[in-house]
Amino acid sequence: MDTMRDRFAPVALRLLDEDPRVAVVLAEIGAAGFVEARRRHPDRVINVGIREQLLIGAASGLALTGMRPIVHTFASFLVERPFEQVKLDLGHQGVGAVLVSAAASFDWPAGGYTHMAPGDVALLDTLDGWTVHVPGHPDEAETLLRHAVAAGDDKVYVRLSVQSNAQALPVDGARFHTVREGRSGVVVAVGPMLDAVLDATTGLDVTVLYAATVRPFDAAALRRATATAGADIVLVEPYLAGTSTAVANDALADVPHRVLGLGVGRRELRRYGTVEEHVAAHGLDARSLRERISGFMTGTRMPVRA
Amino acid sequence: MIVCMTITEQHERTYGYADLPRLMALMTGDEKHSPAATSTLDVLWVLHDRVLRIGPERLEDPERDRFLLSKGHGPMAYYAVLAAKGFVPVDWLPGFGAYDSPLGHHPDRMLVPGVEIGSGSLGHGLPIGVGTALGLRAQGLHEPRVWVLIGDAELDEGSNHEAIAFAGPAGLERLHTVVIDNASASHARPGGIAARFEAAGWSTVTVDGRDHEALYAAFTAPHPGRPHAVVAQVEPKSE
Repeated sequence: MDTMRDRFAPVALRLLDEDPRVAVVLAEIGAAGFVEARRRHPDRVINVGIREQLLIGAASGLALTGMRPIVHTFASFLVERPFEQVKLDLGHQGVGAVLVSAAASFDWPAGGYTHMAPGDVALLDTLDGWTVHVPGHPDEAETLLRHAVAAGDDKVYVRLSVQSNAQALPVDGARFHTVREGRSGVVVAVGPMLDAVLDATTGLDVTVLYAATVRPFDAAALRRATATAGADIVLVEPYLAGTSTAVANDALADVPHRVLGLGVGRRELRRYGTVEEHVAAHGLDARSLRERISGFMTGTRMPVRA
Repeated sequence: MIVCMTITEQHERTYGYADLPRLMALMTGDEKHSPAATSTLDVLWVLHDRVLRIGPERLEDPERDRFLLSKGHGPMAYYAVLAAKGFVPVDWLPGFGAYDSPLGHHPDRMLVPGVEIGSGSLGHGLPIGVGTALGLRAQGLHEPRVWVLIGDAELDEGSNHEAIAFAGPAGLERLHTVVIDNASASHARPGGIAARFEAAGWSTVTVDGRDHEALYAAFTAPHPGRPHAVVAQVEPKSE
């Protein structure tokens, strides 16, 4: 199967063809996919070189002239390295952009910690007004990319990953999707975590919600789910564990509830290897998830994980 | 609403260079950046009086020039010039820095008509200027010029060097930078500022930052195919 990132350049090219406001800004990474796009739109496909502060600053300038920049590189270099530019050149200037990241939390484990960005969504959470899409399948990525570019002058983050579910679900760029209904707890699976969550909860009497858009957080869907399934909530996110715990708590502020935030641990593993090995090391494989989810739902004390 | 008010009020009288000290004096309070505020005064005036094709009547005009004050510290001279040119009412000036004033110690484009970027954190203006020049070019707007004002110590920020190194080879001839050199960088070499731009393929001129005719000539010097940097030297910052 092709990856979300394989879809990115072709979708961006169609958007460039369709909408004269669209520009793509790159910092070398991914530029090979944009050769044809650059030939067709030389002034709207811009590679600034390995300069990530300029990457975001230039996107800001483009937006100030009325354009809709799509900005792409690895998540660590798109959000973390130029974070002040994201904060000031976009937010403070009152302009928007679509930031499309690749490599996610550990898409390239052999590349080591320098190319891992489990904290990207948590960082964006310190800022106002960001929409965050976390597609779980290449088809969803395509839909959400289009959604992001069409979202006026909004600030939108699209988090692409090689981690993927086997099947795409219909996504609308806003709402959670109810995948399974139960009576003893709610599990929210974000993006590529869905397949593992469905495996992990087989036979458990829980509701499973699927979130491909996490900001804004679909508080209404979570509240609706708790009406029949109760207010024991497990969040399973493919980035830093607990990133959405606060928004889930806020969604349920007026009802007694419990929330467990599962995701990538803070501790630097200092391991290379494969995606599967890192998924397991962070306790995000189906077997570990089942143990942690059922332990939480039944009130069993769980082992502390990385 | 703000725009309309600005236009109607400013037509009551016109202000010249000689009025700027009085306008700046209206901005009382514990302004900490007075030397920086005046180091930019002559450059700001010559640009706004004779070079930039902007005005309060064309705030949204796509064909206007863009002036980006990157060195947002000490904006009193900038606000004085904006008031003199009718972008903001003179009666805004005494509120400088107050909670309900749009005029802060660093400018905010969302609050002040005519201010193209909010600044304050150093090193943001030139990369945004690069994007502005690219955006204008991509839309076939070949007339507007982009001017970014930075300080010599602001050049310490590496983000500027990302922009300088890109803009030269990219041939962004609508991009202009004026560096106010008041020798405030702790680590600098004489001539180093112009050399840095030249090494990246920019056209450069170094002039007396208090000489209006020299500034005007530097600002309007032709520089086909290349971005242009003017180093405006003023008296060294006193501690």
